[in-house]
Amino acid sequence: MSATHLDIYLRHALSTASGPVLMDVALPLEAGTITALTGPSGAGKTTLLRLIAGLIRPQNGRITVDGKIWLDTGQRIFVPPQVRQAGMVFQDYALFPHLTVRQNIAFGLDKGDDPARVDELLQAVELTQLAQQKPHQLSGGQQQRVALARALVRRPRVLLLDEPLSALDRSMRQRLQDFILKLHQQYALTILLVTHDLAEIFRLADRVVELDNGKITRMGTPEAVFAGAHPFSEGPALYGEVISCRTEGEYVLIQALIDQRIHKFRLPAGQAAELLPGRSFLLRYSVDSPIVEVIR
Amino acid sequence: MDFEPLWLTFRLASLTTLILFGLALPLAYWLAYGKFRGRALVEAVIGMPLVLPPSVLGFYLLLAFSPSYAFGAWIEEVFGLRLVFSFPGLVVASVIYSLPFMVYPLQAGLQGLPVSLREASYSLGKSAWTTFFKVLLPNCKSAILTALVLTFAHTVGEFGVVLMIGGNIPGVTKVASVAIYNEVEALNYPAANQYALVLFVITFVVLLLVYSFNNRLLRVRYPS
Repeated sequence: MSATHLDIYLRHALSTASGPVLMDVALPLEAGTITALTGPSGAGKTTLLRLIAGLIRPQNGRITVDGKIWLDTGQRIFVPPQVRQAGMVFQDYALFPHLTVRQNIAFGLDKGDDPARVDELLQAVELTQLAQQKPHQLSGGQQQRVALARALVRRPRVLLLDEPLSALDRSMRQRLQDFILKLHQQYALTILLVTHDLAEIFRLADRVVELDNGKITRMGTPEAVFAGAHPFSEGPALYGEVISCRTEGEYVLIQALIDQRIHKFRLPAGQAAELLPGRSFLLRYSVDSPIVEVIR
Repeated sequence: MDFEPLWLTFRLASLTTLILFGLALPLAYWLAYGKFRGRALVEAVIGMPLVLPPSVLGFYLLLAFSPSYAFGAWIEEVFGLRLVFSFPGLVVASVIYSLPFMVYPLQAGLQGLPVSLREASYSLGKSAWTTFFKVLLPNCKSAILTALVLTFAHTVGEFGVVLMIGGNIPGVTKVASVAIYNEVEALNYPAANQYALVLFVITFVVLLLVYSFNNRLLRVRYPS
């Protein structure tokens, strides 16, 4: 199965906490990529996913998927969500409480579909042992994996993930990111993922789209969007979050979380001025000294 | 003791509950999810029996059902059915009178479900119909039970409407609540007590079962 390319153009009135806002978005999703969708709450991220899935009708818009039209308000074409082949993972997972894990995943099968697909997905998310449990008997991370498997059962052309990992703790998050990456490769998926977590964006996404007030404000690779084009931007970069900083003479001793571990390093005071606790940064290797770029 | 009034009460209540369940399901779905003008009007009409004195409702139903007026005459001509002082008339009146007790719990139950359940089902290829029966209804068991029991109990407790349009014809319209009233009027307190006690005990036991079942259901669904 080859990956799917989507072209999305949408104009839709949003009602937000701060009044009505017109969403106006033109966005390609390259075949087989993971695109992160980020931005402040109320920017229209979830609405965008729901528009793509066909759960809401936009006033104006056009969505083509490998050249096939899902939506074209000009031609009055609206392919209903049932036929769209968009896998959706909801923020609250939306697992059916009265069905077991297996039944939840099998729910999406049509009559005559091979039930072996369910076993395959159970295996892919490592839940074969828990197939007979009900959702409320599972941990948050396990529920999340059921939701992922269920969204894949109909072999969707695009997988839409709405802040799938926001409710999970750090280690669980990392494990699920591994699952997403694995499924992404295994099924050649095109993925659009809503997230606020910079670490997640850098870890998962090929591209990032920032949405604010219904408009795309920035779009590009995570590094280009969050670090800006930098003359030294070749070579590896580590993403980290500042935990504490202490001035020691001309240097600042910084404690930071990099790749799930606490690291300490010293920087010249001039370079560390913006590295306050809670800030995120990219740490690059360079010939003379490390270069630190504060994100936003 | 004459069991006829009790038997009539339970027949009336069961039949009313059954008919109302079928009627209220689409109505509750429509009210819970539909986007339409005039919703307030529809909700007000459904809610009327909650606040209206039963005698008012009974009075207008009596006029409507009477064969000397257009609607009653039409019913009698087309269906050969007389709705005043008859059991079918009681059923129709009870369906109207207990409508909110069936519709409101169902509507609240449906509205209480996360929207994402419906949307997940749609994006998994299921129609609105399949979604309703396979996803939504199984997840409002507690609301369904409440609606059924409230409707049944409310119909058992009907008095004013029954008296207005049914009178007290033994075996036809003389239900338990009317029988109690008759016995008291005749100063026959022991007989009144028999009917009253049966209704009292049965109602209490049913409600007790419902609440323990609902609590168990909630504990399973949302373990603390």
